[in-house]
Amino acid sequence: MNYEIVMGLEVHVELATKTKIFCSCTTEFGGAPNTHCCPVCTGMPGTLPVFNKKVLEYAVKAGVALNCDITRYNKFDRKNYFYPDLPKAYQISQLYLPFAKNGSIDIKTRSGLEKTIRIHEIHMEEDAGKLIHSPTGNETFTDYNRCGVPLIEIVSEPDFRSAEDVIAYLEKLKTTFEYLGISDCKMQEGSMRADVNLSVRPNGSEKIGTRTEMKNINSFKAIERAIAFESARQIELIENGGEVIQETRRWDDNKGLSISMRSKEDAQDYRYFPEPDIPPINISEELIEEIKNNQPEFASAKVLRYVNDFGITRADAEIIASSKYIAKIFEDTVAICNEPKEVRYWIINQIMYLMNDKGILPEDINLSCEKFAEFIKIATSDRINRPTAKTVFEAMFFASHDFDLEKYIKDNGLEQVDDTDSIREAVLGVLSANPNTVKQYKNGQTKVVGFFVGQVMKATQGKAKPDTVNKIVAEELAKL
Amino acid sequence: MKITKEIVESVANLSRIKLDEAATVKMQTELGAVIDYMEILNSLDTKEIEPMSHIFSLNNVMRDDLIKPSIDRQEILSNAPDHTDETFVVPKTVG
Ligand SMILES: [Zn+2]
Repeated sequence: MNYEIVMGLEVHVELATKTKIFCSCTTEFGGAPNTHCCPVCTGMPGTLPVFNKKVLEYAVKAGVALNCDITRYNKFDRKNYFYPDLPKAYQISQLYLPFAKNGSIDIKTRSGLEKTIRIHEIHMEEDAGKLIHSPTGNETFTDYNRCGVPLIEIVSEPDFRSAEDVIAYLEKLKTTFEYLGISDCKMQEGSMRADVNLSVRPNGSEKIGTRTEMKNINSFKAIERAIAFESARQIELIENGGEVIQETRRWDDNKGLSISMRSKEDAQDYRYFPEPDIPPINISEELIEEIKNNQPEFASAKVLRYVNDFGITRADAEIIASSKYIAKIFEDTVAICNEPKEVRYWIINQIMYLMNDKGILPEDINLSCEKFAEFIKIATSDRINRPTAKTVFEAMFFASHDFDLEKYIKDNGLEQVDDTDSIREAVLGVLSANPNTVKQYKNGQTKVVGFFVGQVMKATQGKAKPDTVNKIVAEELAKL
Repeated sequence: MKITKEIVESVANLSRIKLDEAATVKMQTELGAVIDYMEILNSLDTKEIEPMSHIFSLNNVMRDDLIKPSIDRQEILSNAPDHTDETFVVPKTVG
């Protein structure tokens, strides 16, 4: 029998505010353990949390971008659980009145499938701390730097049918939040985390099967592996006459399998109740309108503009617009040099290649657009040829902003030689050094011309202008 | 609502408290009394009363997103019964 996979996602995204959600400690990633802590975020008795205004702004921006209804009257709730990653023994979250509901987002998968994913709700909450378990002893060490970092949790409807859908959705969320400037969504640093609710059903069936929830998935690769594993596990179970149990499972990426954490029977009893320390929050019409009217240009609009205004292909436009940082390099450089197709060429062929090769993230690219534009001017002139331009580009890409293009070209003698006398000298040198090949040419083997041209390029360290070399080789051979 | 032995055990488990037989029986009576008291409130007719989540009529108490220095680590750690130079120490939470 063939089965269909049905998935819903719970995505936690850390908001890029400067301070935590309920205290003024920094949210900066890293830092020595427990150095970004105060009495509020370590849950000392008698402290009073105060809500960060910026968290509300960023959260509403996310809700508006995901086409949600924004809840006007908001409050927080206490989710009680006793575990040392939360020193208060409760998490301040939103259960009864999530700030955003009933949204949707359009995605396009790698194989070109377009679909709409419905958003059930988004709520605000605080992140928990980190636990380090002693490998030998009977102790766990706790670091509360991350405790109280603001999160939004985006709960989707069960609209995913493949790992491709899931990845397209996460990439779309990442790009959207990057353009909004509300999160960097780095899965490897934990600022974006996805829990996958997965069930399987026979093809054609309308009924949703019993689902499991997988936690602890930390990369796009891990998501693909986890989905493949868990769906195969459930199908095998059903095929063998068994039943899927509703449970939470932990994905172990090293072992490549999911492990049962807890079943529905011993599900946590969170004993939610209204959070008494945080007064209700009213979201005003003005704030919502202001956010609606000041949305940035998102990737899909950029793609259209790049195709229409700059005449580049849709595929290339999608690659460039998929990162706010790459799009900025593209737009800023084109604004200076007005050579969109050339700029596109170097982004797609060189920047993308170097990023992959060296594992550089778009946000870490340190390329001055003024330099890039100056480079484009040189690369489109006759002064250097394409292979040399690649060398120059790479040097510029890894250098600091004060990189001197002219000096680099001059110091390394990279300028194309278009001086007829010196090229002629090189041609005559090559001809006299290869008498046998000259003989072959005289016997009618004209294809050896290519050999002569190659030798001349070599003799001039690739700097001779190929057109001129062709011309002079032909002239000299004609004289023989 | 009757507070059964199972409810007491469940609540004790959620609070990570170990109760012996005698304490369980005592809690069953005491918790029962608390819940019975709440029943008095439940007997009131509140049909016309708007639900309230906060006792003060305060709204939108918010602060600006400005970093303030955190507390000295030693000072924070000194509040815990057990700590290293860098972290709090708790009983191991995984097997
Ligand atoms: Zn703090």
